[in-house]
Amino acid sequence: MSTPTTEAAEPASKIDLAQSTGGGEVPSFDVTLQVRRYDPEFSDDARWDEWTITMYGTDRVLDALHKVKWEIDGSLTFRRSCAHGVCGSDAMRINGRNRLACKVLLKDLDTSKPILVEPIKGLPVEKDLIVDMEPFFQSYREIMPFMVNNSPAPTGERIQSPEERERFDDTTKCILCAACTSSCPVFWTDGQYFGPAAIVNAHRFIFDSRDDAGDMRLEVLNDKEGVWRCRTTFNCTDACPRGIEVTKAIQEVKRAVLTRSM
Amino acid sequence: MQVHKYDVVIVGAGGAGMRAAIESGQRAHTAVLTKLYPTRSHTGAAQGGMCAALANVEEDNWEWHTFDTVKGGDYLVDQDAAEVMAKEAIDAVLDLEKMGLPFNRTPEGKIDQRRFGGHTRDHGKAAVRRACYAADRTGHMILQTLYQNCVKHNVEFYNEYYVLDLLTVDEEVTREDGTTYTQKKTAGVVSYDLANGEIHVFQAKSVVFATGGLGKIFKTTSNAHTLTADGMALAYRAGIPLEDMEFVQFHPTGLAGLGILLSEAARGEGGILRNSEGERFMERYAPTIKDLAPRDIVARSMANEVREGRGAGPNKDYVLLDLTHLEPAHIDAKLPDITEFARTYLGVEPYTEPVPVFPTCHYAMGGVPTTVKSEVLQDNDTIVPGLFAAGEVACVSVHGSNRLGTNSLLDINVFGKRAGLAAAEYAATAEFVELPENPTAFTENQLNAMRASTGGERVSTLRSELQETMDANMQVFRSEDTIKEALAVIADLRERYKGVQIQDKGKRFNLDLLEAVELGFLLDMAEVMTVAALHRKESRGGHYREDFPERDDENFMLHSMMYLDTESSTEGTHGIRADTKPVVFTRYEPMERKY
Repeated sequence: MSTPTTEAAEPASKIDLAQSTGGGEVPSFDVTLQVRRYDPEFSDDARWDEWTITMYGTDRVLDALHKVKWEIDGSLTFRRSCAHGVCGSDAMRINGRNRLACKVLLKDLDTSKPILVEPIKGLPVEKDLIVDMEPFFQSYREIMPFMVNNSPAPTGERIQSPEERERFDDTTKCILCAACTSSCPVFWTDGQYFGPAAIVNAHRFIFDSRDDAGDMRLEVLNDKEGVWRCRTTFNCTDACPRGIEVTKAIQEVKRAVLTRSM
Repeated sequence: MQVHKYDVVIVGAGGAGMRAAIESGQRAHTAVLTKLYPTRSHTGAAQGGMCAALANVEEDNWEWHTFDTVKGGDYLVDQDAAEVMAKEAIDAVLDLEKMGLPFNRTPEGKIDQRRFGGHTRDHGKAAVRRACYAADRTGHMILQTLYQNCVKHNVEFYNEYYVLDLLTVDEEVTREDGTTYTQKKTAGVVSYDLANGEIHVFQAKSVVFATGGLGKIFKTTSNAHTLTADGMALAYRAGIPLEDMEFVQFHPTGLAGLGILLSEAARGEGGILRNSEGERFMERYAPTIKDLAPRDIVARSMANEVREGRGAGPNKDYVLLDLTHLEPAHIDAKLPDITEFARTYLGVEPYTEPVPVFPTCHYAMGGVPTTVKSEVLQDNDTIVPGLFAAGEVACVSVHGSNRLGTNSLLDINVFGKRAGLAAAEYAATAEFVELPENPTAFTENQLNAMRASTGGERVSTLRSELQETMDANMQVFRSEDTIKEALAVIADLRERYKGVQIQDKGKRFNLDLLEAVELGFLLDMAEVMTVAALHRKESRGGHYREDFPERDDENFMLHSMMYLDTESSTEGTHGIRADTKPVVFTRYEPMERKY
């Protein structure tokens, strides 16, 4: 994590480029998209809609949804913003797995069959692929997702070694997309469970050497709706678009509950 | 119609909005209105770092940072503002660290720093390590840290509330010499609740605009779909001028064809650019700092290589970012996210293959004019009481005609904080301004007309045509011909926009309707940008005119100020009045900008 002490050698002014760079024409192909639709303003029943559209090799599921919304059916509704996997708006179930629509390339899916797109599970569906995120953020807020440091602030920065910083690096990547929490079978059956994302964000502070409120968070997570509900199915780890080892983080929090004095 | 009353209403929950909210929320009754959820804002996409002269790893001071900012902006920077930013940068970084931001560390446990384009030691002598960073997700960490602290301080958020109108009241004021002028005063904003389509009026003593940028005016952009110039357009429609709108930054290293950003940190960590002949071409354009020249220079150099036939790939339409000489472990430690982007979206392995890149629309240097206290100006020197702006929507101006890398994360923290403090301070003694009669009439009429329209024009078609023409005519190379071509297309699109028809007729989560509204913002701002570009008959920073390739300090060392004015006709366009504003100089005389 630290700055290397020696500079890398100056790269060559000119090199031979292998002529392999870049593909040729971007190939196009047809995909069939099946999307779970629901709008309680017009009907109490959910339904499946299906479209077959022509897409390109670099297109993602989000591009396919946009193509439908922009060219065929403007009422198709989903959240999105950054479109490259950092804002966390467009978590959805794609062929039964929680993914960010902007990170799944169509060419990586089996396009001989329809691509199934549904809202994430366990949170109330508001319209089409939009769910109510409030219960998710409520759990997040309950684990005190902010630094608590009771010692007097120094004039400069608080000192933290690269090793101490590395200890919680993985869980700082979380973008609060809810892909993990809404992939968890325990969360599906018990909406009160804090869920993986809240625990990941607790982990981020519990293992930060600068933080003083770890024990309070551990107490919160020692609750009956806390870490002990985790059944280590690893769905969350598979679902995380940021590659966070979510289940491992939960295990580390469990261990901390047992070993730290409460 | 529901009416809410707050001392301070902050519009936007990216870095600037939340930094303002942390200050204002502890001092005044504050609400944050955001069209997204707070952590969805595009601050989170910023990668490389935030500069501050901490001098943790080598000698540095804030005066050098000020100089680099001024020179980087090709001397169109207001030097008093740049001084404020560079000086307060140090505390801005330390504030974030104390709020919990997990910066990368030196072996001694201090905040680590790395190089970034245009940031130099002793007025250009060599690159300096000034950028504080958290891997290549510094913006993500800033956004998360600020949200965490908003949670800590119980900041009140209205999520998925679109602000569609700024309410101001005009008052005739008599000066001491007996002359009169029209003073704008802030009354509040009109907002649309995405969940159910209801209209809410927020009456406020202070309103802070922190709505971000306008990248979606262009086709190739690193910006989020939601960056549609909302705040700039609302201020402009309310009669507030826009400053320096012709200056748009095109970031050199967008993933070719996609525009997704690969941080300048890739070059800060040793990556270099090559053309189809394998040549490190920046040695020709910026012999001293080469690939770490400021973004406008690198972007133009890249586009020039492509124009002169040395582009790579089957269509020779991009250049290559070469990281293959770097250790994979170094790449993994310092650039994990962006190398992942190259793998995911282009299927390129950066350890062994150079990555196809081309300039991508990244940042608006211009925006709503403000003082260094983040107060919005209604002309060159009259502030609008109770109205503040910070971040990309604003123009202080610390970026001049070209922003240096990392100075945007700095801008949002320094001026976000200042805006929050100033808004709370103003609200402490000010009275509420009475709302105008029928405050929601404009918004409701606009939305009802869109819902009822049978004009048959599609939002996505008009938007694509706008983006195509802006990419073709208003990108890194411009001339009178291309600018006029863009203006003609925009005029046609604005006419067709009147016939925009939406398909979703519902009240709930009607993003179809909101995209139509956003297109109106984009069209207005594209027109302002293009007219401003037509007026500036010189080349400076991000604005390059092939018909006027030199910087012309005699005639154009001035900020442009564009006003909505239906009476005005200029350069063949109607409805915009073009004016100028002097640049503030403190200690640096303009010099030729060489690197």
